Amino acid sequence: MLESVLVANRGEIARRVIRTASRMGIRSVAVYSDADADLPYVGEADEAVRIGPAQPAQSYLDATAVIEAATRTGAASVHPGYGFLAENADFARKVIAAGLIWVGPDPAAIEQMGDKIRARNLMEQAGVPVSPGSREPVTDAVAAVAEAARIGYPVMVKAAGGGGGIGMGVAADDQALRAAFETARSRAERFFGSPEILIERYVERARHVEVQILGLADGTVVALGERDCSVQRRHQKVAEETPSPGVSGELRARMLAAAVRAGEAVGYRGAGTVECLVDSDAGTFVFLEMNTRLQVEHPVTELVTGIDLVEQQFLIASGARVSFDPQAVVPSGHAIELRVYAEDPVRFLPRPGTITGWSEPSGEGVRVDAGYTAGNTVTPFYDPLLAKLCAYGGSRDEALARARDAVAAFTVTGPKTNLPFHAELLDSAEFVSGDYDTSLISKLRP
Amino acid sequence: MAEVRAEMVANVWKVVAAEGDHVDDGDTLVILESMKMEIPVLAEESGTVAKMHVSEGDVVQEGDLIAVIG
Repeated sequence: MLESVLVANRGEIARRVIRTASRMGIRSVAVYSDADADLPYVGEADEAVRIGPAQPAQSYLDATAVIEAATRTGAASVHPGYGFLAENADFARKVIAAGLIWVGPDPAAIEQMGDKIRARNLMEQAGVPVSPGSREPVTDAVAAVAEAARIGYPVMVKAAGGGGGIGMGVAADDQALRAAFETARSRAERFFGSPEILIERYVERARHVEVQILGLADGTVVALGERDCSVQRRHQKVAEETPSPGVSGELRARMLAAAVRAGEAVGYRGAGTVECLVDSDAGTFVFLEMNTRLQVEHPVTELVTGIDLVEQQFLIASGARVSFDPQAVVPSGHAIELRVYAEDPVRFLPRPGTITGWSEPSGEGVRVDAGYTAGNTVTPFYDPLLAKLCAYGGSRDEALARARDAVAAFTVTGPKTNLPFHAELLDSAEFVSGDYDTSLISKLRP
Repeated sequence: MAEVRAEMVANVWKVVAAEGDHVDDGDTLVILESMKMEIPVLAEESGTVAKMHVSEGDVVQEGDLIAVIG
């Protein structure tokens, strides 16, 4: 087993990884920027190292500073969390070259899946359905228009090396496509350091459903069920649930089998997620992308399977067997996650500020993964996620009822939060019916 | 004279309009960045940019003066 781990992240995910490390007797090392020195995860780690100023480029994205912190503290391994350096193959290689264990997949798998065009091509070869789209990078607006003529409108324009919904745009005609292309390219260069753009057919009225996979130390890949992530604003997830109310048993079996093939095609090891778009009416799905790391919304899978995914990541990274029988995973019950963001609940604009009061809900079936507490300051430097509020129930109705109570009992004063939006969501007829797709929020906020 | 102020704590990512520029209602003056999101700050009336109070890389607090439109 690993002796120690440096957690190359911040906020709620650093805290969550440290919690499991501590339970397993793994010594934990936190890293923090000047903006985060007071956050709970820094105090909860066995050791903490300042790695730079608030700007991510000079702290959490500074591979050299992170690896130096690991060497200096004698950490045996590095867990990247999600975001920042988690899907940076060069960083993973540097970690390994420094003699540390990388708690993640082989850097080659990160690289293959990080390039969305290569990933699409590879998935197609592996027999995973993909939507019509580019097989090579689209270099300029003229080429984009030609590509769209071949694929058919509406199309989605996105950065081949991107993620998090940043720079993504939908276009229904040539003029909109030219504008979307320029936006995507400037964002791609700025946020992802690569101008490569991908165009694919936009699936309207789709659900966004992803499959959790685990590549085991012996090389086999298992699928641990799906998560429905269709509640989105600006192509970013706001709430997730499992099982998906829009996926039949038969469709689930096909999706899980395809996700296993996807993982096998890249020799995947550790926790990963295969994201798909689902047409519930037709009972079909297409591959969207694969995330080669732990997902923000992993807790819902943990709640219905009883499996601690971070524990499995540590076990797999050390070459050990997972803690459960991979052939006997039967999810039970229903779980929902609500992302509590520091943003106004109407326009969803960022609202950083100092937290003057913080009171979390608790009780049966309620889980809170929080990155902050009273007295902390939410700065504009990082994403707006304050906490993930999860509710579990034997049925979807029970999970929703517990989620409603938990939202009502969660109070944060100081920055505005989207908790009032979550209350509204949990009472909206469309969400409650389960028959919703990625357009849900735009209907609630016309 | 109309004062344009920051709605939230943010970093100034881009200054789009310069002092002396004519701007129309709805034109982008600066683009702020907060929590990985770009937030354009728009002119709420037409006129000339009399004073630009921020530079790229600045951090603005809620209520800080960004520009004055004359």
